[in-house]
Amino acid sequence: MIHPTPSGTRDVLPDEMRELRAITERLRSVFEAAGYGEVYTPALEYESELRPAGVSPAYRMFDAHGDVLVLRSDMTVPIARVAATRYGGVAPPLRFAYFAHAYRGVRAHRGQAREFLQAGIELIGSPAPEGTAEALAVLCGALDAVGLEGYRVGLGDAGLYPALLDGLGVPANVRGPLLHHLVMRDFVGVEREIARLGLDADAAALLLRVPQTRGGPEALEVAGEAVDGMRAVHALLAPAVAERVIFDLGLLRDLDYYTGAVFDVYDPALGVPIGGGGRYDDLLGRFGRPLPAVGFALNVERLHMALMGEERGAGQGEAGGAAAGEESGAGPWE
Amino acid sequence: MGVSDLTIAVPRGALFAGTLDRLERLGLDTAEVRANDRKLLFPRAGIVTMRPSDVPTYVEAGAADLGITGKDVLMEQSEREVYELLDLGYGECRMVLATVAGPDLASEALRRLGVMRVATKYPRIAANWLESTGRQAEIVEVKGSVELAPLTGLVEAIVDLTATGTTLRENGLVIREEIATSTARLIANPVAHKLKAAAIDGVLEVLRGG
Repeated sequence: MIHPTPSGTRDVLPDEMRELRAITERLRSVFEAAGYGEVYTPALEYESELRPAGVSPAYRMFDAHGDVLVLRSDMTVPIARVAATRYGGVAPPLRFAYFAHAYRGVRAHRGQAREFLQAGIELIGSPAPEGTAEALAVLCGALDAVGLEGYRVGLGDAGLYPALLDGLGVPANVRGPLLHHLVMRDFVGVEREIARLGLDADAAALLLRVPQTRGGPEALEVAGEAVDGMRAVHALLAPAVAERVIFDLGLLRDLDYYTGAVFDVYDPALGVPIGGGGRYDDLLGRFGRPLPAVGFALNVERLHMALMGEERGAGQGEAGGAAAGEESGAGPWE
Repeated sequence: MGVSDLTIAVPRGALFAGTLDRLERLGLDTAEVRANDRKLLFPRAGIVTMRPSDVPTYVEAGAADLGITGKDVLMEQSEREVYELLDLGYGECRMVLATVAGPDLASEALRRLGVMRVATKYPRIAANWLESTGRQAEIVEVKGSVELAPLTGLVEAIVDLTATGTTLRENGLVIREEIATSTARLIANPVAHKLKAAAIDGVLEVLRGG
């Protein structure tokens, strides 16, 4: 007889739990030492209370009174609510950390998690670039503490592409298809839509080149003044943090509350990002207390996978993971 | 870091030869791949071979850094988180809606029964097309020869990929609508796109050159 759990959820047994706990304990020490106090918020919230954030939760239910409840899809929005309501009279900056499960919709047979453990921080009331640099420093400190070695942090700006389009005089009402293809990561479609805008050759080349530009600080030269914000963050980073950063002018977020810097965490041992974050300077205002803010969330299960991937790849060349060449003697080639 | 540091997912089937021709321009030795039908892994060239429809799966998970597959596959699996970097131009074919020649049984079914039955290997493309053109349809997913379905009365129409239209014609089917055209595309894993940027941009530059 089989008794399945819903797809995308699973039972965690002692061997795994021990390893997950080891990771979260190390993360917690780093967050604590940096002044981030841990908070917990309900997994269930009123749908009406989260609506100002513009997120669309995957799970809605009715309670016995007919109220619509939702399962949180991240911790950023609940913590924004906490900061606006419980800390209304407290002078910023406010620093919070969390370890909590979040819930997203999944597609069948894709190995996606419906319920996943996030570990993260929110820094509220500290504007760019200082706040962003602090969040990146805590992020790198946390990843160093758990022993992840090959990680890199992609740093982009959610406002960059709209600013470029503004600068080139592209009207807002014709941007839809172009932005859609960008979000879908379809550069063939992006190129086609740019051609339709009827811009001069230089402007068209810039619009196509910028979202595909990523690399060291030299990558910032492509976009001129539009990336002054990223330069300012870069200038504040300690060398150990700066060397982890990849400037990624094409980095986008599909959540609508991100306003400035956005970041993703990559590791060569895993094919998907381990976590990400960014600035959400307008979100607190939607809860009645306008304050700039920045934060990140790490997916603890993916972090665990990356650590195991690095462990397996250790001593087998720098590439690691399934993508390593034959010289490294990595798994699939043997 | 160069092309030799990349793992590339190569589709077997109609795109196979054209893909290997392009990869040779990158300086990869594809002789072993061409000479070997059954082997799947070619570490020397950094190539793994598979069905075209599996390419996005491997690339999304990072089991391959780059892959080549048809736009038809990417349209059907539109939720895959991969970068579509380049239209490679070859392997051109069309996604069409076809029915048995003669009176249009699909339109008749739609008019008199309110719904047309459509067999396809591309259920999502077919459903989107019929929905976007305001028609109710019952999509029947088949794995093998789609042409058989309307000939046996299983359905009134099919949505399928055709290059020359020969197979459709030989089975007495006619193209009623063209849904999209498809060519080979270069796709990349999102993490490899950041961490192996120089190697991937090098590949792009060579392949973009014609």
